[in-house]
Amino acid sequence: MSDAPGNPAAALLEIRGLSFAWPGDARPVLDGLDLELAAGRSLFLAGASGGGKSTLLALIGGLATPDAGSIHLAGRDLGAMGRAERDRFRADHVGIVFQQFNLMPWLDAVDNVLLGCRFSRARRHRAGNAREAAHALLEGMDLPPALHGRRADRLSVGQQQRVAAARALIGRPDLVVADEPTSALDADRRDRFLDLLFERVHEAGAALLFVSHDRSLAGRFDARRELGEGKVRP
Amino acid sequence: MTLIGLARRSLGNRALAAALTAFTIALSVGLLVVVEQMRGQVREGFYRSVSGTDLIVGAPTAPVQLLLFTVFGLGQPPGNVSMEAYQEIAAEPGVAWTIPISVGDAFRGFRVVGTTNAMFEHYRYAGKQPLAFAAGGAFDDLFDTVVGHRVAAEEGLAAGDGIELGHGGGSDQLHFHEGQPFRVAGVLAPTGTPVDQSVYIRLAAHEAIHVGWERGVPPPGATLDPDEARALVDDQHDDHDHDHDYDYDREHGATGEGGRDLEPDEISAFFVGLHNRAQAFALRYRIQEREGEPLLAILPGIALQQLWRITGLAEQVLRIVSALVVAAGLLGMLTALVTTLDQRRREMAILRACGARPWQISALLVAEAGMLAAAGIVLGIALAAGLQWLASGWLLARFGVAVAPAVPDAYLFGILGAIWLAALLVALLPAAMVYRRTLADGMQVKQ
Repeated sequence: MSDAPGNPAAALLEIRGLSFAWPGDARPVLDGLDLELAAGRSLFLAGASGGGKSTLLALIGGLATPDAGSIHLAGRDLGAMGRAERDRFRADHVGIVFQQFNLMPWLDAVDNVLLGCRFSRARRHRAGNAREAAHALLEGMDLPPALHGRRADRLSVGQQQRVAAARALIGRPDLVVADEPTSALDADRRDRFLDLLFERVHEAGAALLFVSHDRSLAGRFDARRELGEGKVRP
Repeated sequence: MTLIGLARRSLGNRALAAALTAFTIALSVGLLVVVEQMRGQVREGFYRSVSGTDLIVGAPTAPVQLLLFTVFGLGQPPGNVSMEAYQEIAAEPGVAWTIPISVGDAFRGFRVVGTTNAMFEHYRYAGKQPLAFAAGGAFDDLFDTVVGHRVAAEEGLAAGDGIELGHGGGSDQLHFHEGQPFRVAGVLAPTGTPVDQSVYIRLAAHEAIHVGWERGVPPPGATLDPDEARALVDDQHDDHDHDHDYDYDREHGATGEGGRDLEPDEISAFFVGLHNRAQAFALRYRIQEREGEPLLAILPGIALQQLWRITGLAEQVLRIVSALVVAAGLLGMLTALVTTLDQRRREMAILRACGARPWQISALLVAEAGMLAAAGIVLGIALAAGLQWLASGWLLARFGVAVAPAVPDAYLFGILGAIWLAALLVALLPAAMVYRRTLADGMQVKQ
């Protein structure tokens, strides 16, 4: 392990020379990518469809292994871990929000949030009383208490995205990864969602990696990167 | 929330499909439990019914038929045994007791058995228990009857009540022997054997109600009235003790009106008890090798074994069928699980994004299968108990075999446990599919 955890100079997420090609594809999706994200900071990653965003998230999540290069998260080299360890590590350190279909439709809002720490002892521990933490996060994401016990498939799309954000944040992960979380929302609700997301991420002390094709949002982030042709351009 | 909790909620989300799947398993398990339990109980019921009788002697027929009509009241005697042959065999050395019986009549669907007080003295059931009287006692008057527990219960009979008896073995007798004032002298305690549905009358009374019935219907004026009948018997009783009414001197007895007497010439069959059980084979040999009238003597235990050989094949077929039905039930569950996989693909990806390992997602499916199977098995046991409860009345009325819903024994629990494990094994197939798929899909399902 090259980077000692707790070194303030070390980035939370550090990607060096990352290359990846899906099996059967001659052309790599990612080719020598470098990327850094410091703890507690936010990064906007822009890119067209097919530009390797999903691939990058899968690699950060530890669901795929790079052909070349390295990913360090919270001081650990993902490439040095076994698959089961990467799964556990992701559960402990990363909260994820997708574009839509984030929730188990037959669980209520609170139970969906609790899923976020169901598979990580570390996050359960950090959440303290997990159920109270879930209610607090849901209220923090402006979901009225009357809706906390409602089944996810009976919430509106905007409400579902707010539940998904609360789930990504429970147990204070180091990194929140959001993949086009606002693309299903109209402009007003999108801005409101982003306001709440930033507030809560800041409270939790987490870093935010936000992926979107909507470059109009980029101004709210500490840093911006363009993902395309396999490399990140400033 | 635990994995089990998640599995439970997931099933709850598909409550109707899950209930139907569990019910399919319940039906198959119920059938299996019924077959397994009834098999044992019916056997035990048959074994209970005859005990301590060393030989049963009747006219030549199949040994099983002789057993069925003498002990279980099923079927009709193929022929009769002459009084001479009966008395000869009863006098054989080594014979401790004999019970003659004459069958063929019915009282409201219950069979009427002509016999003697030897029945209540010597007949044994279920581990050599003697018959006991719940009320009243044995025969005294010619028209005294002793009724089984169920006869008394269903017909509301008590000791001292009068009853009328019919002719013919079926439940839908056409003729009543009106004018023969039978009286209930005793009610037997319950035995859980065909004795409970029998009406016992004296051999002489059996004969009396048939005087004039040679053609199956009474010709006008050819029947006895009760006082005439008693007069015949009283003559005979002057010299003889009550327990041995078969032992009349026929010359002495044949003095009634019109040359009729109530001493029967024939009986249907008789039970034999020996002083030494080991002599049963020798006596059987002597009976069957007798000069003159051909007779069949059977050892009840051996005849029962033959009965099981006949029914054994049917039992095996039933067991195989019930096993196949259980397999079909489990396949139904497999189908139900596999068809949900596509619609659950997104749920699997969500769990994966939340940090679930592929094996945990697979385990979710196995847990669901375990719960479905467990619910099915519990429901199946309940169904089986209900079915046996419903069937017990019919079995008791039809065969005199007492069957009751029972808690499954250790053997049956072993089978049920094996079914549950089989359900988990079956679920390994969709679980393996899910495992591979979650690895391939990762955290996101392309829509």
